[in-house]
Amino acid sequence: MATEAQSAAGSQDTATEGGVRRRDFLNVAAVSFAGVGAVAAVAPLLVQMAPPADVLALATTEVDISKIQPGQAIKTSWRKQPVFIRNLTPAEIKAANAVPLSELRDPQSLADRTKPGKANWLITLGVCTHLGCVPLGAGEGENRGPYGGYFCPCHGSAYDTAARIRSGPAPLNLQVPEYSFISPTTVQIGGGKGK
Amino acid sequence: MVRVIGFLVGLVFAGVLLISLVVGVSNYFSNPPEELAAEALHQHPQHLRLSSDGPFGKFDKAQLQRGFQVYKEVCSACHSLSLVSFRDLHALGYEEPEIKAIADQWQVQVPSINPETGEASSRKAVPSDRFPSPYANEIAARAANNNALPPDLSLITKSREGGASYVHALLTGYRNQSPELLKEHPDAKTPPGLHYNPWFANLNIAMPPPLTAEGQVTFADGTKGTVDQMATDVAAFLVWTAEPKLESRHAAGLAVVVFLLIASILGYLAYRQIWYEAKRKVRVTGPLEPKNQAKSRSAKAKQGVAG
Amino acid sequence: MSFSWAKAYEPKHPFMRWMDERLPLPRLVYGAIGGGYPVPRNLNYWWNFGVLAGIFLTIQIVTGIVLAMWYFASADHAFTSVEHIMRDVNAGWLIRYAHMNGASFFFIVTYIHIFRGLFYGSYKAPRELVWMLGLVIYLLMMATAFMGYVLPWGQMSYWGAQVITGFFSAFPLVGEPIRVWLLGGYAPDQAALSRFFSLHYLLPFVIAAVVVLHIWALHIPGSGNPTGVDVKDERDTLPFHPFYTAKDGWFAAAFLGLYAIVTYYAPNYLGHPDNYIPANPLATPAHIVPEWYFWPFYAILRSFTVDFIFPAKLWGVLAMFLSILLLFFLPWLDKSPVRSGSYRPVFKRFFWLLVADVVILGYIGGAPISPARVAIGQIAAAYYFLHFLVILPLVSRFETPLPLPASITDSVLHGEKAEAAPAGQKPRHGSVATAAAE
Repeated sequence: MATEAQSAAGSQDTATEGGVRRRDFLNVAAVSFAGVGAVAAVAPLLVQMAPPADVLALATTEVDISKIQPGQAIKTSWRKQPVFIRNLTPAEIKAANAVPLSELRDPQSLADRTKPGKANWLITLGVCTHLGCVPLGAGEGENRGPYGGYFCPCHGSAYDTAARIRSGPAPLNLQVPEYSFISPTTVQIGGGKGK
Repeated sequence: MVRVIGFLVGLVFAGVLLISLVVGVSNYFSNPPEELAAEALHQHPQHLRLSSDGPFGKFDKAQLQRGFQVYKEVCSACHSLSLVSFRDLHALGYEEPEIKAIADQWQVQVPSINPETGEASSRKAVPSDRFPSPYANEIAARAANNNALPPDLSLITKSREGGASYVHALLTGYRNQSPELLKEHPDAKTPPGLHYNPWFANLNIAMPPPLTAEGQVTFADGTKGTVDQMATDVAAFLVWTAEPKLESRHAAGLAVVVFLLIASILGYLAYRQIWYEAKRKVRVTGPLEPKNQAKSRSAKAKQGVAG
Repeated sequence: MSFSWAKAYEPKHPFMRWMDERLPLPRLVYGAIGGGYPVPRNLNYWWNFGVLAGIFLTIQIVTGIVLAMWYFASADHAFTSVEHIMRDVNAGWLIRYAHMNGASFFFIVTYIHIFRGLFYGSYKAPRELVWMLGLVIYLLMMATAFMGYVLPWGQMSYWGAQVITGFFSAFPLVGEPIRVWLLGGYAPDQAALSRFFSLHYLLPFVIAAVVVLHIWALHIPGSGNPTGVDVKDERDTLPFHPFYTAKDGWFAAAFLGLYAIVTYYAPNYLGHPDNYIPANPLATPAHIVPEWYFWPFYAILRSFTVDFIFPAKLWGVLAMFLSILLLFFLPWLDKSPVRSGSYRPVFKRFFWLLVADVVILGYIGGAPISPARVAIGQIAAAYYFLHFLVILPLVSRFETPLPLPASITDSVLHGEKAEAAPAGQKPRHGSVATAAAE
């Protein structure tokens, strides 16, 4: 019986069409406002997950390379990721330059991966481009793999003396971070501007 | 039963309170407490007006830079600022190279470890470092300051009643004790090694007057370095160190409050619209009135018969 | 749920029909807060605060989960991790201030909700369990808020933990061992901080579960109303949706505006400056007080100053626990058959006296101790106990209530202003409606 009374009332409502429209407009506006508010309220909950200011401020690292002998490499850390800095021997440079680019999975020459005039300084992230393990070869006496560069023990990716992928599952060469020589013996890894 | 027990329990607790009251009042009259000098002489700071006040307040960057200069040249000799980083100075309007230079030339170095020997060592600060503390630890700080610990200033305007006004009042509030005052409150006499300052809760503070002479700090922007100016500027600076996000907070607040205001007006109108019918229906003439309900029912029934 | 005219859930979309046959969750929601829940049509704005409490519980859980992503429950790093959130985490200051003030606003709406229940007799049959479950929520809220206040490990956090766990040491013999067991040490330290953090994260979900029971128990008899008269027929009710969703919706937006003003423009107004000083186990703040929502209880605790049979400390702690426990017995202390305070002239006066009394206790609990304040606090505390345990039972026995309206609709017909007004003077329409109701 209630539904009857209500439907009777409902038929009266539809008679006043202007009123219905205004009511609809108000309800739609109010509900969409609530929706916009809810979405806006979610924004800070998501942006908080991004790196905070103190993490961003550590975006550059300065490294003293004066003590790295040819043929040696050091491991350092930038943004909490390992970085390999390697002083290539002339033989290693020669070996890297001898490979035709067409043979490479990710074609890049050694010159592309070093600074002009500093072809012996090979600076790369120590993060295998397959699934992020740290390849061997930077430490003294570590397995440098079949191509004399780096070798990732997780899934067997082998990199050559220019840290280019030569065999195994990794798709790309070891990444070269942004860096610059701020003096002949000091390298700054990371963007030009430290925050 | 519940009520009988409740009645008794209520009377017992009220009774014990009554006894406490009577004992307290009789103690008060038989042995009236004397007013302490700290209560009589302690002053409350006058409000210090800063551009960061109020809902639309913004920092005055020139003033913050002056305040930072005061901190650097005066306060930082004893007070740490351990929650603030050099990189944060960007908000004061300093550029990258300036910040680097400030960090590099900071009078205290950052403790570190010698990468070759592993021994404790120190290095020059870089922008990502927090301001290094002037003392290695609390014991060193106390040893250097007559057993008083200079508090960290990062949050000082939020951790003291009165905030910036208190800081300003304290810095400018050092006084000499007049003989009349000592006559009236002999217990307020400043012990040796302390300094009389009625804005400090205990009246006698271990910190010697830090801002003593006009021109103690020569401001880079040419502002005259009166004691009041220096105290105001450093108070403003310490508001910033305590609440660096104040400007974004004020701006975001305005947007949110305006949004909610519009949302509640719209919501209210929608609510009125939705309720309009509900209110009409229960009026004497409305469709939910039993008489009308009966009418509509019989009308429906007739229709049903006809259909 | 309970009324024969409650609309049944009729899924329109085929997917919803499919869903309804397998997991009738939409049906549950429809019956709980949708068109299927008939609510008395005459609820005033005091009835909005239950929904608001739910909103603030949600805000607290959401912001709290985010804060826990950055917070370290470590005695050495807790304070700096909070400041790290305030300074370096993106929007961290907003989330932390929202959580901090959200706790205060959760208590504001809960207190209004409780006093609404006290005035309109919401604790009376058949809603005793609704009331008691509400009190359980309130107790859990207090525990959660206390432990949350300890987490920043500031001076007030530390000394709050010290003092509150000190309550237990008031009990003879077992007290001190219990305190040490609660803290996991002789003073608050890492063990206490870690367990408080763990429980502070857990309890809000327990609260949410009890809220479900609270609402479930409410839906059996249905919501009360300002007249206290039972729902008689369909004219007395409106479906929750869209009528009360609209009313709750706009009011929530307005109330959140108030919350936003405090959060953005006076975020530390309700806090205490000393909690921006890192915890120092060797120095107690000069004026130690709990958060404002505990002030009335703190005043009761401090009012017992004389050893009478038991030590004063034990009296204070017992009184503080009793002041909340007695509320559980309220349905049996106040036996008046009339629910709404609007129709109880004597009760009404004492109710407002109680409100004033609790406000005074709150002021006394938050202010520094002085002889005059202690004396006022003792009188106010005594009234608190007398009100519930002595006055209320007597009033309910001897009071003559005003005549009740014949039905909810009848009271609505008096006009909107008089919705919750005493029906002492029968308005002109009364006869019509009364006749109609019979």
